[in-house]
Amino acid sequence: MALAEAKRATLAARTAGLTVVSEGWLGTARAAARARLAAMGLPARRDEYWRYTDPTSLTAADPSPARVDGEEEETPVFTAIDRVKLVFVDGVFDAKASDDPRLAGVEIERLAEAAARPGHWARDLFGVLEARGQSPVDRPLATMNTAYATDGVLIRATARARKPISLIYIHKSETSDAILHHCIKVETGADLTVLENGPAAARFCKVMEVEVADGGSFHHVRAQGPDHERRAVTHVFARLGARSMFKSFTLTANGRLTRNEVVIELAGADSMAHVAGATMGDGDFHHDDTVFVTHAAERCESRQVFKKVLKNGAVGVFQGKILVKAGAQKTDGYQISQSLLLDEDSQFLAKPELEIYADDVKCSHGSTSGAIDETALFYLQSRGVPKRAAQALLVLAFLSEAIQEIDDEAIAEDIRGRLEGWLNRHAR
Amino acid sequence: MLEINNLHVKLEEEDKVILRGVDLLVKPGEVHAIMGPNGSGKSTLSYVLSGRGGYQVTEGSARLDGQDLLAMEPEERAAAGLFLAFQYPVEIPGVGNMTFLRTALNAQRKAQGLDDLSAGDFLKLVREKAKALKIDAEMLKRPVNVGFSGGEKKRNEILQMAVLEPKMCILDETDSGLDVDAMKLVADGVNALRNGRRSFLVITHYQRLLDHIKPDVVHIMAAGRIIRSGGPDLALEVEHNGYADLLAEVK
Repeated sequence: MALAEAKRATLAARTAGLTVVSEGWLGTARAAARARLAAMGLPARRDEYWRYTDPTSLTAADPSPARVDGEEEETPVFTAIDRVKLVFVDGVFDAKASDDPRLAGVEIERLAEAAARPGHWARDLFGVLEARGQSPVDRPLATMNTAYATDGVLIRATARARKPISLIYIHKSETSDAILHHCIKVETGADLTVLENGPAAARFCKVMEVEVADGGSFHHVRAQGPDHERRAVTHVFARLGARSMFKSFTLTANGRLTRNEVVIELAGADSMAHVAGATMGDGDFHHDDTVFVTHAAERCESRQVFKKVLKNGAVGVFQGKILVKAGAQKTDGYQISQSLLLDEDSQFLAKPELEIYADDVKCSHGSTSGAIDETALFYLQSRGVPKRAAQALLVLAFLSEAIQEIDDEAIAEDIRGRLEGWLNRHAR
Repeated sequence: MLEINNLHVKLEEEDKVILRGVDLLVKPGEVHAIMGPNGSGKSTLSYVLSGRGGYQVTEGSARLDGQDLLAMEPEERAAAGLFLAFQYPVEIPGVGNMTFLRTALNAQRKAQGLDDLSAGDFLKLVREKAKALKIDAEMLKRPVNVGFSGGEKKRNEILQMAVLEPKMCILDETDSGLDVDAMKLVADGVNALRNGRRSFLVITHYQRLLDHIKPDVVHIMAAGRIIRSGGPDLALEVEHNGYADLLAEVK
């Protein structure tokens, strides 16, 4: 079917001036992505998958300017963690500000450097999981990312990494427009933790493809923010081998627009995938978690835990799906999405879905929206806790089920610290 | 200590009057009991004194050591030394019992101009108080009241009271839902806090709690008023004859 004229025009305007790489295996992958993108076009509000989130600012030719708020606004995260820092400024890798990548005990390369090497391992990953993730729903912004990413890292762990790898995204220019594409391969029995934080750019489009081989473990914790005016669309595409483990947690506080898509394929038996998110929005804030988990093998376990605290007209969206393919017997799937609405102006839009083609599975989902528990608030106050502090404690309690998905206690403590800082500034 | 004068209270959102002129004077170190049939306004009195929303005071006053309770936020009343042991202690999933206790204690200390208690000192204090109430470490680790039995919840209330050391304690039907052993344990906990200065207002349906917590004064409440006050014998009289005689007398 020919693309509507409007869609074709949007795509042409958005991609005009973006870098085209044509050399080597990367060039081949990118050409294929450009062809796929030309057939799909960019998302528009009328597309079902974008019904609750307006993609206009993500598909516009130029980014809307975003003020740089600076880290001092937020409680720092991960600073006390012994990590290997890789710094990107407005989407460009900054070697000087980064640590020596060799310290992590894993292979780390820049995307551009790897492109020149024939037979590189990333050839089987770059754009591959993204392309697999296009069915049954189109994700054109991810395809655009594969076609035009300006930078990114390739990380391969063959054993337990010595330190977590910390990707830090600094935002300096008010009109920056960054497209980053990372590929991560966790080999058999290896174990890797990746941390991400920072606003990255005025407009940020990111794809992370993660392949976890049999028996591998991957931990991902990110803190999005702090710049309030930034807009971001991110994608994680993961494929899991047998007995492997994938855990991803995202904290979002601030940000005018955030769409986080996570697409997971449990391809090997006995694997496990947990995705969680804690979100706090005040005022002009729109946050969308779109998750698609496919059970394609037996005895796999998946969990989706998403919690949003919204006030002053903030909007939260959750589109979460569990697809259990025929033959994926003994699947254990769980999904919960909840919002705490601190006033009557805020909105939570949830679309939980289950699609099951196997007959011996356990799947549950739930979605709730509610106000703060006045009885609990009074109980705390009656013990001497001031109202503001009592409210903050109850908000943290509400978010705790999501934060519990972080295995590392020191990292979880950092996340709680940032939440508390935010609550102190935004308490009514 | 606690001085209530001609207190009239109605529901905020309905034209329903609940208290119709309550007068009460509790002196330092005294234990007063309030008994009365269902719907007489006993629990409302405890909520109004502690500052729960949903009620409107239309007349009268309530003072704690001369301070106007009704003008204060619930947390200020707590910092001033008032404590309500809830009839139905609230479950708070996601908040650990220890975090709850520590936040409460340090908030009150802050209001009183004191420094936070160190983690070590706090732990020592709670362990010591918990031991006397037979509250085990596992219970302290769990979220506030979540999965607690009825007896555990009530013991947890008394533990909070023991840690926060208020000067005026209100116990709202602390005996409800307790078996004899649990009631004895709770009563022992309360008695251990009696020191000649701390005062208690014990709200109950039944005389049996008063066998364990001996009151100085017993009040009978009906239709939003205290209709009779007397010594401990009054409780026995109620136990024997029920409220009917007393109510008839007043009418």
